[in-house]
Amino acid sequence: MAAATSMMPVFGHQISPKNDLVPDWTRQEVSTGTTIMAVEYDGGVVIGADSRTTTGAYIANRVTDKLTPIHDRIFCCRSGSAADTQAIADVVTYQLGFHSIELDEPPLVETAANLFKASCYRYREELMAGILVAGWDRRKAGQVYCVPIGGMLVRQPVAVGGSGSSYIYGFMDSNYKPGMSKEQCLELTSAALTLAMERDGSSGGVVRLASISEDGVERRVILGNQLTKFSTH
Amino acid sequence: MATLTVSRLPVGGFSFENCKRNAVLEGEGNKLGWSMPAARKTGTTICGIVYKDGVILGADTRATEGMVVADKNCSKIHFISSNIYCCGAGTAADTEMTTQIISSNLELHSLSTGRVPRVATANRMLKQMLFRYQGYIGAALVLGGVDCNGPHLYSIYPHGSTDKLPYVTMGSGSLAAMAVFEDRYKPDMEEEDAKRLVRDAIAAGIFNDLGSGSNIDLCVITKGNVDYIRPHDEANKKGVRLAELEALTPTGDYKYKRGTTAVLTKAVTPLDLELLEESVQTMDTS
Repeated sequence: MAAATSMMPVFGHQISPKNDLVPDWTRQEVSTGTTIMAVEYDGGVVIGADSRTTTGAYIANRVTDKLTPIHDRIFCCRSGSAADTQAIADVVTYQLGFHSIELDEPPLVETAANLFKASCYRYREELMAGILVAGWDRRKAGQVYCVPIGGMLVRQPVAVGGSGSSYIYGFMDSNYKPGMSKEQCLELTSAALTLAMERDGSSGGVVRLASISEDGVERRVILGNQLTKFSTH
Repeated sequence: MATLTVSRLPVGGFSFENCKRNAVLEGEGNKLGWSMPAARKTGTTICGIVYKDGVILGADTRATEGMVVADKNCSKIHFISSNIYCCGAGTAADTEMTTQIISSNLELHSLSTGRVPRVATANRMLKQMLFRYQGYIGAALVLGGVDCNGPHLYSIYPHGSTDKLPYVTMGSGSLAAMAVFEDRYKPDMEEEDAKRLVRDAIAAGIFNDLGSGSNIDLCVITKGNVDYIRPHDEANKKGVRLAELEALTPTGDYKYKRGTTAVLTKAVTPLDLELLEESVQTMDTS
């Protein structure tokens, strides 16, 4: 007979949903179907995200904070599976904190981005995580790095991510100009996120913004009723 | 011919060895007409809120096995530490064991640090364990407690993601309970109002969700004091049967009267036993 090739049995579907009492969405993985955005300006970066986390069609958390601090002047914007991105962010926060203590210096944004890439690329088959790493350091000032699903790493002046990003590529391409000020970046980000949240079912809630510069991090929230109204209806 | 088997070192993580066998058994069983026993799930309503003095956790008490109620009064609010409690929805065994493991580890951690455990620590431990098992441990938890930094409330999903919020609901009845919360929650509520709100949220789950039922348990955690109220509200009292009403016996008595079953024959056989040895062993209580 065939040798004992212990091939992993195909455990494709979940444990058979015999229990009709427990609805489908309780078995769905929690996903941050999302819109996230990060923009560089002279002196820092502006990052923004919506606040919706879904399990299937149910909104598990309508006030999520997807802008996660990794270090004093480095943040990441999370999209994809909530569990995967939270776990990766926790790991990178630890690794970067350790590295920073070893260096006795604030870490570089590029280092943080590479740590994200390392985890996302190594475990690319198991993970579903699209992350934007943004921050300020002394060497290169404001930087935005994009680490999409699959584990690529690329630096971009403006980056968007998440399910809602598809709706705002055109808006971004036409409205971003290099050399914008911090206020203009904040305007651009909040407008882009509002438009995406309007069109993408998996994005919504409030708009969370943060600006990171040498002086520190400034966070703000734009509530649903305060969002700009783009009138097509 | 001779087969060559190489013994594999035990690999960490979830063991999938029995899954193929289970699938085959299920297939065979379906041909014969019987179905696999379903894992007992607590199709559930659990919730928690942060109020003025601390947190209040609430849960229903029904455990189901498929469409049958397996336990009418199970306890879904689990002890983690003296200042931290955790409600569990999902697979009953998973929630029970997970909370016990983390409770044990947290106690050791607390002894090691010499400090009262923090809710954030319990949250970290739970989320890291659940993420390690990639969602195969079906435990959806509501973790609440009061520590040196104040009251905290977390919802923890089977895949290992957590949310820190002022009010959370989990389980199959969570939509009904969340509807009540979204309508009436206010920050810094008084204890009686908060207890009433949690009771109403669980009641909404009990009466509008088939997977939830029976009574409402409450756990009020404040700085230095825990009130484990079980049951807080017997929302579903068992009806009194007519015969028992007449006989004035308490409900839930399944004894049959002597003489209900007729005795046809009776045979008594005395057994002859002889005493072989008698020895006395004193217990060593030194």
